[in-house]
Amino acid sequence: MQRSKNDVWVGLFVLIGAVAILFLALQSANLLSLSFQKTYQVTAKFDNVGGLKPKAAVRSAGVVVGRVEKMVFDDKTFQARVTLALESRYAFPKDSTLKILTSGLLGEQYLGMEPGADDKVLTAGDTISSTQSALVLESLISQFLFSKAADGSADADKTKK
Amino acid sequence: MSWYKPTDVGFSARRQLADLGQGARLFVRLLFTLFSSLKRFGLIRDQIHFLGNYSLAIIAVSGLFVGFVFGLQGYYTLQRYGSSEALGLLVTLSLVRELGPVVTALLFAGRAGTSLTAEIGLMKAGEQISVMEMMAVDPVLRILAPRFWAGVITMPLLAAVFSAMGIIGGWVVGVLMIGVDAGSFWSQIQGGVDVWKDVGNGVIKSVVFGFTVTFIALLQGFEAQPTPEGVASATTRTVVVASLSVLGLDFILTALMFTI
Repeated sequence: MQRSKNDVWVGLFVLIGAVAILFLALQSANLLSLSFQKTYQVTAKFDNVGGLKPKAAVRSAGVVVGRVEKMVFDDKTFQARVTLALESRYAFPKDSTLKILTSGLLGEQYLGMEPGADDKVLTAGDTISSTQSALVLESLISQFLFSKAADGSADADKTKK
Repeated sequence: MSWYKPTDVGFSARRQLADLGQGARLFVRLLFTLFSSLKRFGLIRDQIHFLGNYSLAIIAVSGLFVGFVFGLQGYYTLQRYGSSEALGLLVTLSLVRELGPVVTALLFAGRAGTSLTAEIGLMKAGEQISVMEMMAVDPVLRILAPRFWAGVITMPLLAAVFSAMGIIGGWVVGVLMIGVDAGSFWSQIQGGVDVWKDVGNGVIKSVVFGFTVTFIALLQGFEAQPTPEGVASATTRTVVVASLSVLGLDFILTALMFTI
């Protein structure tokens, strides 16, 4: 195949395009953060997962230690069963607790892992039962309103007497 | 030609159908030329040089300015809700998912599609294509196929350049000029953009647009009336038909890709 000076320019063009795709993949989508660490799976049961999504981070002390793998509804207990993939290099006590937290006011929801004090550690297939559900704004407001109403009726009873 | 005479209506309907059939046949023929044109990659390379390198400047500059505008407008809207840190995410998602592929395809139709149509139309007007057929050289294989595959290869690269330049433009306006925090600008992008769902689907879109725009440009040139007026109207049709198909296809592709 004959070489022409177009070769250089076409090569440069393709290189620029490839760099752009690489930039999109690495800088924006953060392909590198997809960890190829070995993980072990743990399930957790929640009364309400709120806006948690698959691939959401599991953080302990603010550091990402795993990801939410999938979430299914369990029609035996009427709870959400969340499967977590925790990185193998981290071990957690068996009585660790999970909370659904929100990063920032409007940010994404993630799982906060609070280590317990047990000597035994979580292994693949274990279930974490002490969990704290996501805050649902509507139920929070209705709780507040109900307690207000209860206060009001209590006050009314006092004045009657 | 009048719309109330059944014979005229029938004739024009038949002609439209024949055009459609001819176009579909040419498209399938072009698809089957993939391996035989890859064997003569020199031809494709020269066309990539013509379509890609010369479009690079307009694509990069447009991307940069679209990014600038997005940075300004996005910041103006987002700071009302006190979430100006999401500016990077807004810019990146809009560019990677929609604007990158679509605007690149529209610019490509205007910059490269018209020149393809005019070139082939003039070859036809100058009877060069008939001469090739006389010499038993297949004009589809020798002239159309390298341009077609060059367009298909070029489009995703140009769209990626457009999106990348747009993100840089958004960064320049958002972080350097307005003063959004650089760390949260990038971390919002990295948290919210998925490699396969967002970037990957954007690339698929631009490949589809590459097929669409290049094919329409080649078809209009190949089917043009071999007269100066014919070439002129074919060039106009390239821009109109290609732009409309890109926008229509984009709606369908978005509906397929990003629902759920």
